[in-house]
Order: sequence, then C-alpha cells, then structure tokens
Amino acid sequence: MDQLEPLAEIAHQTIVFPEGLTLDCGRSLARLAVAYRTYGTLDPVAGNAILICHALTGDQYVAETHPLTGRQGWWSSLVGPGLPIDTDRFFVICANVLGGCMGSTGPRTPHDDKPDEPWGHDFPPVTIRDMVRAQKKLVDHLGIRQLFAVIGGSMGGMQVLEWAATYPEAVFAAVPIATAAHHSAQNIAFNEVGRQAVFADPDWHGGEYWRQGATPARGLAVARMVAHITYLSEQALTRKFGRRLRDASSLTLLDDRFEVESYLQYQGSAFVRRFDANSYLSITRAMDFFDLAAEHGGELSRAFVGCRTRFCLVSFTSDWLFPTAASRNVVNALIRVAANVSFVEIVSDKGHDAFLLDEPDFHRTIAGFIAGCAEHRGLRARAIA
Amino acid sequence: MPDGTQRPPDGARDAARGMRVDLQLIAGLVTPGARVLDIGCGDGALIGHLFRTQGCDARGIELDMALVTRAVAHGLPVMQGDADTDLVHYPDQAFDYVVLSRTLQAVERPLEVLRQMLRISGRAIVSFPNFGHWYLRAQLLLKGRMPMTNSWNRMWYETPNIHPCTIQDFFDLCVAEGYVVEQWLALDDEGHRAPWRRFPQLANLFGEQGLFVLRRG
Repeated sequence: MDQLEPLAEIAHQTIVFPEGLTLDCGRSLARLAVAYRTYGTLDPVAGNAILICHALTGDQYVAETHPLTGRQGWWSSLVGPGLPIDTDRFFVICANVLGGCMGSTGPRTPHDDKPDEPWGHDFPPVTIRDMVRAQKKLVDHLGIRQLFAVIGGSMGGMQVLEWAATYPEAVFAAVPIATAAHHSAQNIAFNEVGRQAVFADPDWHGGEYWRQGATPARGLAVARMVAHITYLSEQALTRKFGRRLRDASSLTLLDDRFEVESYLQYQGSAFVRRFDANSYLSITRAMDFFDLAAEHGGELSRAFVGCRTRFCLVSFTSDWLFPTAASRNVVNALIRVAANVSFVEIVSDKGHDAFLLDEPDFHRTIAGFIAGCAEHRGLRARAIA
Repeated sequence: MPDGTQRPPDGARDAARGMRVDLQLIAGLVTPGARVLDIGCGDGALIGHLFRTQGCDARGIELDMALVTRAVAHGLPVMQGDADTDLVHYPDQAFDYVVLSRTLQAVERPLEVLRQMLRISGRAIVSFPNFGHWYLRAQLLLKGRMPMTNSWNRMWYETPNIHPCTIQDFFDLCVAEGYVVEQWLALDDEGHRAPWRRFPQLANLFGEQGLFVLRRG
C-alpha cells in the first residue's frame, strides 16, 4: 500500500465547552470540543429531539454527503424526510464521539499541555460513559431537557444504554440496536488483533506517526479488514463473493486473487483515508472497557432501577458479533425492574452490518416504535404544521 | 389535522377494529389506568385497545417473532418471549393484571405459569378452550377419536395444545393451588358470554371457552 498523506483537515460544525470534562479515568480535559450535525427543526418546547449515536467507525454525518468521502450518510436509508427517523417531524442530532477524528476532542485535536501538537497516543483513555457525558453537554447546550429518543447500533447502542442508565430523566425512549451491555472475550480478542496490526506497522512510530508526517496505513487497513469480517455473516460473504476469482474464471495457482480478498483490501484502504489510527485505538479500547453491569455493582438491572424510559431492543439473526443472546441479556435485566421493553429479533442473513442496511422489517420496527412513543408522549403527527 | 390532535399509529387503530369478542370481554374486566401484561398477545390487539380506550400501561409478550415484529411496527410495546421461561424475570407485583388468553393449554408447565402470573400481578385473567364441551365429548364417545372443532382443529400429533382441560378441571386446580376465583364466565364459540354463570356443570357442558379472574388466596 502506498504511503498516505495524513488525514485531510476539514472544518466541522463544532461547539467548544471551555470548562472541559472530567473523565472516568480520573484525568480531565481542559477543553472539550464536540463536533455535531443536526437535521430538521426543534419544536418550541424542545420535545421532538432524537439523538443518534454512531458506531466505532461512524461519525456525525448521518444523513448527508460525507465531506471527506463524498459518500452518502451512513444511515441515510433510515434518517431523512419521510423516512423512519423522519427529519420533517423530528430534530435529529448526531455528534462525533469523544476520542473520534471528525472534529470532537480526540487524539487528533490539540494537546491540552502542548497546544502546537495533537494529543496523539497521549490522549487519555475514554469510556462510553465519557462519550455520553460529552453528548449530554451538547444536548444541554441545545436547550433540550429531555430527548424524545436516543437511537444507535453497535457501539452506538452501548451509548444508548449508557444514556438511559446515566440520564434516565433525559431519555423518553431508547433504541439500542445490535449491541450488548459489555464486550465479550471474543469481541475484545478481535479488537486486539486490530490494535496489534497497527502497532506492528513500521509507520506507527510509537503512536507519534504524525511527527514523521506518516500514518500506519497498512496496520490500520488490516485492523479494518479483520473487523469487517466480523460485521458480515458467512452467508453474506458467500452470497457476495463465494469463491469467485478476480479477472479469472478458474484457478491458475499463479497470481489468483479471490474477490473477497480484493473487497477486503478495498475496505481497508478506503478506511485509512478517513480514520485516524490513534482514534481507532482509543475507541476500540472504550468499547472493550464498557461493562454496564460492572458500573452498577455487577447487576445489570440496577443500571435501570426506576427508569421510565421506553426501550426497543433490536437484534439480527445472523449477527454473531453482537448476537441476540446479548440483547436478550439486556432485555431480561430491564424486565427485572419492570421497565417498558419492546424486543424484536429481525430475520436477516447480513450479519452485524444489517443495522446499516435496507432491512424492511427493521425499518418498520423503528418507524412503528417511534410512532407509538410519539403517541404516548403526546407529540403531534408533524412538529411543524 | 388540527393542532393538538393525537393520532394513533394507523396499524394500532386497525388492530383494535374487529378485536376478538373474547378480548373485548377481557378488556371489560380491566380497570382503567391499570398496569397490564398480556402473555401470548399475538399482534397486540388487546394491549393497543387497553392503552387507547382505557389509558392502561399495557405491554405484551409473544412467542412468534413475526407477530412481535408486526406489533412493534404498530407502535405497541411487545417483546419476544416465552411464558414458560421468561416470566421469572419480572419482579413481584409489577402489574395489576396479567392476561393469558387461549394460551394456557399450549404452555409446557401450566401450574408454574399460573404461579408466576400471580407472583408478578395482583390478578390473573385466564381464558382457555373448554375440553368438556358437549360436542367434544360426543365426538369422543361416538367416534372414539380425538375431537376436531374450530378450537381443536389440529391432529393430536401436531397440536400445540398439549394441556387441554375442562372448566371443572380448572375450578379444581384453583382449589388445589389456593386461588380465589373472583369472576368466571363461560363463552360460546363466538366469544360471547354464555348464560351458564350459576351452573358450573352446565357451563362445562355448553361453554366453548372458560374465562377466569383469579387472585391469590
């Protein structure tokens, strides 16, 4: 792979909180920036806000052309005018997570003590709860006392659970999708393979690759390739690629390349053009650290005692990264405290990625749950008549 | 639509229209504003009705994922779950009513399900098809074969109804388990109230379904 330029600098819509943020690790950020996007219009009583939490490699560009890749927003099939998360009706917010690389404070933003340098590998370890606290500051800043809904898949789902546990009064409805209350040993193991690939890249330079004008692109690409396999099901890979060869109809045993290989290589190389290696490490660490039960004395249901939030959990049959059992574990914890829970397992052969794809039953579930919650909340059918 | 008008999700409205007659009877037994869990709620017609017409906090559990998806897509709080295994997770007295309509005969452990229902709720509303109905008795007596009716319409080897009982059997069970029968009715095959209220033996002969409201003694 060719040596790549460091990530392009882009001006993101950002709010800065000069008071900073105290992190779970005990360290403090002197200055906190949160980059975010909004869609739709906030109603006069600020009752129609939906916060979307993005996954590991997602960002705030949910429903618009991405400024770096030029591609459609990552959830543009679900979020937009007339779509299940209807921006004609709701005020939709999405913030880049703390530790991310799309404008929020993270390894690429200036170091508190050395403003001329980025944090880089010196960025303090952050948690899912730290990410949620940063989002809460944004939500407060926007004048929203209670979010109508918080919605997210995968790591975004972890944030949704953390929102409901940490700020139950601020969340009317919560939709954790294809997620878990903690990472399994298998989840951590896959993340560790990715991290080791980054560390093994000669361009890693102990995490100070930016000093050399380098980027550990090969390592990060391998990390992305491994992760990408975990996002797909065996059936989906077989359907998409089978054993087909690139530019050949049968094996010659010389320069053969399988379609699946070139697909993964493409995924890897595209990824390094939009993602920072130190951010990848920070965020995968945050996911591995996440254990909502441990935050509440080892009993997950205690995270939700007295919580009046309406929950809708969604899992997918072929998702082996965050399997249905992980969602059911959360469902059982919620019903132990008699919380209001809907739970649907969507039949799909697309693996973990299904939550990002066009799955009609999934979209109907989200639209229906939101409509039902709006009825309970007494929201008008259209916020803006 | 004028300002302030609340409009129920279309699907939920459709679900209430043409609700089964026995479900309408059950709804009539539930006090407004109550907390209700409907076990085996199907597409959620009862819980939708209870929320919209009686202001209940009504939720559902359903085994069949296709029905769960339809219910949630209609805006109803329903989760996929199994009466036999999932009631244990609920805390004591979390509900005012737990409803089990036409499902008791299909669960694996009816006694345990009833115990769990009356642990998590003040009252249990239970309906079941009555195996003591004269037509079933007659078929067994005259043909010597397992009866086939509208309610009992699958061959014995593929029916999900593995625990059939009669209205009188159910009275006996309530005595054995120390449950108080607060109300009971026999229903005809349309689900309408049948006039056998004062005579359990006649109800057992002519009632197509039994409907009971129980509490712990």
